[in-house]
Amino acid sequence: MARYVFLMYDTEDWHDTVDEQGVADEFALHEEFMAAVTAAGASVAGGEALERSSTASTVRRGPDSGSRPLVTDGPFAETKEALGGFYVIEAPDLDVALRLAAACPAGTVEVRPVMEMPET
Amino acid sequence: MLEEVFRSAWPVVVASTARLTRDLDLAEDCTQEAVERALRRWPAGFPDNPAGWLTTTAHRIALDRLRREATLRRKLPLLVDPVSGAGGSAVEGSAVEGWAIGEDADPEPTDPLRLVFTCCHPALSSESRVALTLRLVCGVDVATIAAVLLAGEAAVARRITRAKRKIAVARVPFRVPAGDELVERLDAVLTVVHLVYTAGHVGPGTRLRDTDLTGRALGLARMLVALLPGEPEPRALLGLLLLTEARGDARTGADGELVLLPDQDRSGWDRRLIREGLGLAASALRAGPDGRYALQAGVAGLHAVAPSWAQTDWARVVVTYDALLRVWPSPVVALNRAVARSRLPGADPVAVLAEIDALAPELAGYPYLPAARADLLVRLGRPAEAAAAYDGALAVTRNPVERRHLTRRRAETGTP
Repeated sequence: MARYVFLMYDTEDWHDTVDEQGVADEFALHEEFMAAVTAAGASVAGGEALERSSTASTVRRGPDSGSRPLVTDGPFAETKEALGGFYVIEAPDLDVALRLAAACPAGTVEVRPVMEMPET
Repeated sequence: MLEEVFRSAWPVVVASTARLTRDLDLAEDCTQEAVERALRRWPAGFPDNPAGWLTTTAHRIALDRLRREATLRRKLPLLVDPVSGAGGSAVEGSAVEGWAIGEDADPEPTDPLRLVFTCCHPALSSESRVALTLRLVCGVDVATIAAVLLAGEAAVARRITRAKRKIAVARVPFRVPAGDELVERLDAVLTVVHLVYTAGHVGPGTRLRDTDLTGRALGLARMLVALLPGEPEPRALLGLLLLTEARGDARTGADGELVLLPDQDRSGWDRRLIREGLGLAASALRAGPDGRYALQAGVAGLHAVAPSWAQTDWARVVVTYDALLRVWPSPVVALNRAVARSRLPGADPVAVLAEIDALAPELAGYPYLPAARADLLVRLGRPAEAAAAYDGALAVTRNPVERRHLTRRRAETGTP
């Protein structure tokens, strides 16, 4: 089994207009997704939904150890589609992971393999 | 002769060594080394089974290296799916313990197919797929691939290394997809083969044709037909390539200049290739009438059997393009369809011109659009506009033979 992080990107207008029913529908979509993961012989090893990107703070370390870190308001990169959440998925191979990413309820999903550390 | 042996054995040796060692890098290196050993030793005595000799030698080299590096645990072995039937796949996890050359090392018929599908995986960029396929499946050296892709040698080497690393790290499986997935993934494979052929057919080099590269593409297509006998599209692609290849020598005149389809001496076409191509196209169209390559082979077939440009069955060409446009709504297909429509009896060239102009935004940088416009404008007796369109085509054409042809056509408009 290999592990992948699914980074979910979407436009954020959803936050402005969503009502209770919309939130419930979204939860239902994620329940469905997680059921599909299990059905594919993969598993959900973790994941979180994130607050909208305007609540983010970005800290950039100075060029040398003495300089103070620079804190800015907002995400690392301002993009039309912002990172809105992630899953950690354990899947047998990339083909399965990509099929699951296509079923993931998000506009765009970046699939990144997790760096496996040597066993000690 | 020797070259022929290396060429046909290369994908089999790389693929079986990759399955054995679960390491594409190592498989490539060991295949290369086996070929070099063959070049040194075979002059003294040619083996009975050259492909088998190369496979065994590559596997021995690989095992030696793995034993030497046994302490370095291989962290990211290539994911090999268990093979059905006898033989099976290598031991899961460790690539070294308890190994000897045995039945596991025997090449499997599907090995080269796994290699092709892995090299053409949709998670790799289109350029990487072409580079990786040329290197790992065809055994073309990096310098030649760089020349084909119009890129620097170092950049191509980096691209290949990065692609191999992604296959290992992201766990791209070394397998032949099945069911619906096969059809989808096969399309990506056929696209790569077609790109390799096109690169050889109208390459950036000084000659119009690079027969080595077109030969590689034909070899790949033949391999896919042999390994996937139930699929119509590989047959269709091979048919399309053969029907194109049949015109090969007729495409250049005695002076090395480009001769386009309307003006080609059709007696110079290779009838043997046309017969084979037509047979493949017909069989593919029967089995899969909606296939992208089947329909393209159909158009190529209609041109191949026409006694002349004027006597081409344009109505059937247009109908075939209509069907192709339904399954593959590409602006290039729409352009070809427009040109074919302009040949129908009673066609309205002005309407066709408008149709072509509407495609221009989508086909910016595609030289055949302004060239097709220019030809129509010549037919309409608007030479100044035709000359401007030829200038537009020249601005985006690299192949020198094609450039000379366009320059000549432009001069014929009589516009300064």
